[in-house]
Amino acid sequence: MLLNQFLFLGAVLFCTGVYGVLARRNGVMVLMSVELILNAVNINLVAFGAYRHDLAGQVFALFVIAIAAAEVGVGLALVLMIYRNRQSIDVDDVDLMKG
Amino acid sequence: MLAQLWVAENIAFGIIALTMVVAAIRVVTTRNIVHAALYLVLVLAGVAAQYILLAAEFVAITQVLVYIGAIVVLFLFGIMLTRAPMGRMHDTDNEQRVVGATISVVLAGVMGYTLWKAFGHQQFADIQVQTTQQVANSIFSSYLIPFEVVSVVLLAALIGAIVLARRD
Repeated sequence: MLLNQFLFLGAVLFCTGVYGVLARRNGVMVLMSVELILNAVNINLVAFGAYRHDLAGQVFALFVIAIAAAEVGVGLALVLMIYRNRQSIDVDDVDLMKG
Repeated sequence: MLAQLWVAENIAFGIIALTMVVAAIRVVTTRNIVHAALYLVLVLAGVAAQYILLAAEFVAITQVLVYIGAIVVLFLFGIMLTRAPMGRMHDTDNEQRVVGATISVVLAGVMGYTLWKAFGHQQFADIQVQTTQQVANSIFSSYLIPFEVVSVVLLAALIGAIVLARRD
């Protein structure tokens, strides 16, 4: 197996996630796209770890999974607050600080 | 023997990767938000399968437990609590669609070219199974302090989420 096939898969997932973050209106859908990006990074970490016979890749991937769990918890709480205050989770409408 | 093994793994990689890419594109393009969450399950399960191919058993199990077991359920709760319409929605995407698609295609091209230049034909010599025991020894010796910091971050995120979502 080539190392590159895992890295290409990670790159494609990352770019899909970037498109989702840019183009989605719904706050929950934006968070889902962020999950795609984090998983792309994790594939790269584990692939490099397996390539170099180094455990650090797996350990870092575990840390990223833990941080992703924290991020989703806080992110969904924020989306709920936005919904409660504005009755909508359209992230394009949240522009109070726009000049 | 070894060649046959790699053939099997390459075929498995191809099938899983294709499924993942199609599902990921559906996650960011489908108009039904519940379907997006369920396609996300497909992508996350594919990532876990890739970890198995890379012989990272503990990360694969953690991926299934944490992502598919917890995070997707959290997403479904978020969808229900924000009373998103369960059927197709008409305005899921904003007017940045074309710009976003252009940016991600250009980004994919640049990253693909760079990866090709940097790691062109580097093969996996062999993939050693790294057991849960080795991972645990590594976490609780070299990475003990980052591990404790991550625990504190998780606790802080938990308290923060409760404080934010609480009704006063």
